[in-house]
Amino acid sequence: MSVAQSKEAADFLSQRVRQIPASGIRRFFDLLASMDGVISLGVGEPDFPTPWHIREAAIYSLEKGYTTYTSNYGLLELRRALATHLEGRYGVCYDPDTQLLITVGVSEALDLALRAILNPGDEVLSPDPSYVSYMPGTVLAGGKFIPVPTRMETGFRVQPSDLEAKIAPRAKAILLGYPSNPTGAVMEREELLQIAQIARRHDLLVISDEIYDRLVYGVEHTCFASLPQMPERTILLGGFSKAYAMTGWRVGYAAAPAPIIEAMMKIHQYAALCAPIMSQKAALEALRAGEAAVLEMVADYDRRRRVMVKGLNDIGLSCFEPQGAFYAFPSIGVTGLSSEEFAERLLVEEKVAVVPGSAFGAGGEGHVRCCYATSLAEINEALRRMARFVEHHR
Amino acid sequence: MHDILEILEKDARASPEQIAAMTGRSVLEVAEAIHQAEESHLILRYKTVVDWEKAGREGVWALVEVKVAPQREVGFDRVAERIYRFPEARSVYLVSGTYDLAVVVTANTMREVAAFVSEKLASLDSVQGTVTHFLLKRYKEDGEILVSQQQAPRLPLTL
Ligand SMILES: Cc1ncc(COP(=O)(O)O)c(C=O)c1O
Repeated sequence: MSVAQSKEAADFLSQRVRQIPASGIRRFFDLLASMDGVISLGVGEPDFPTPWHIREAAIYSLEKGYTTYTSNYGLLELRRALATHLEGRYGVCYDPDTQLLITVGVSEALDLALRAILNPGDEVLSPDPSYVSYMPGTVLAGGKFIPVPTRMETGFRVQPSDLEAKIAPRAKAILLGYPSNPTGAVMEREELLQIAQIARRHDLLVISDEIYDRLVYGVEHTCFASLPQMPERTILLGGFSKAYAMTGWRVGYAAAPAPIIEAMMKIHQYAALCAPIMSQKAALEALRAGEAAVLEMVADYDRRRRVMVKGLNDIGLSCFEPQGAFYAFPSIGVTGLSSEEFAERLLVEEKVAVVPGSAFGAGGEGHVRCCYATSLAEINEALRRMARFVEHHR
Repeated sequence: MHDILEILEKDARASPEQIAAMTGRSVLEVAEAIHQAEESHLILRYKTVVDWEKAGREGVWALVEVKVAPQREVGFDRVAERIYRFPEARSVYLVSGTYDLAVVVTANTMREVAAFVSEKLASLDSVQGTVTHFLLKRYKEDGEILVSQQQAPRLPLTL
């Protein structure tokens, strides 16, 4: 037997995984974990627990013995309720039997969508900065990620002309995530109509991650699939994590033309089988009776949003007005620090955690993400500490 | 206006400056609105929800059901007034169902509550009967859960 050089564990890893850079934020995370008394504006989830009636419905379903697998597509009653919900809210019509898939969060839905549509080398265009999963998700599915720069001056809304300028022959899909994590930007309907035209003109698919659809302040959310002729080329991703404060339940959905849902279901069937049944039961309760709780939480986020944005502007971290999600994305230009330096020093010197904008793509450099889904008392204290910090580093 | 009242109802100590920041109104506008709400008795009082048990003061609370024969012309209002003028009656409600007035009575001792009910309430002409429920344990007060709970922690950083 030949005793060739034996492999180290790391040598077994696929090329594909190796292409994904290790998260630069890891070091920061470890530092944070080692400290006490930190106020974190670095969270990415609601500070409300799931509304009690939803938790109670899940408990009841467990008591009744709902502990089994469900259909690969998800519980039919949930898909039906979802179809009704989407039609009522956005006027979009999906057949619960063939055009809806319940997934393990939008995270899984996004992965399924990308894997279902990408051939090696296909290009996916997406705003920069954008949610951290978009780039790695694309690369892991064999695609090529094409960032489209966005700017603070245009409120971090991706400009249709900038998008079109990046379209090359291998372009396959546009991946939108609005309301945006990390910027809080919400697209204007007019801009989305132009993007719809571009998608038609270049025959592209649009994946629209609308997980923050309910968290908008003083503006209307436009569902991309509600635009003329878009249902046939849109994969709509939505969820329960943010609107209903259900991050831990791991349930979300995809809505798309039947052949795409079927392809996504094929992968889902082998990789996840189904979303947890108790979470699906909880999601059903959320759709049936969660509206009042959503409105109450949105009103509460809105108050904190105003305090955060005004506070940041007052201390010299200029911040455009985010109209969605629960993030503010101020410029740290006055300090002359890079976003990683800013975040690390702010943590060490003032014990406030924010997320460096560069974690969301090169376009996020010069900014930090501050989540306002935290108590007003903490927001105010964080702002006081940040004011001191900015004073020091001006 | 409602937005300001909602904020104050949750936190009576929120300052006009804080409320202005939360609602996007000017400080002046908020201060004026609060003043008017006080003047017109939209705001009755600013109070503090206290966990007295934890503070070591016992006190006795009772919920008293009062069955009343309504009077011509004035219905329940007159007898309700006779009752709500007593400081021992902390809250007084007209309710539907098998009795008519629900009265929350507070006093220092059980004996005081009993005396109040028998001497002041039950003896009123139009009162046909009372049922007194002494409060044994307080779980939630004015929207605040009193039994100790712990909030599950969130990850400090999620992308
Ligand atoms: C833009 C965006 N999409 C998707 C997700 C993941 O959501 P889910 O909990 O449904 O997997 C998040 C979570 O932070 C997000 O911000």
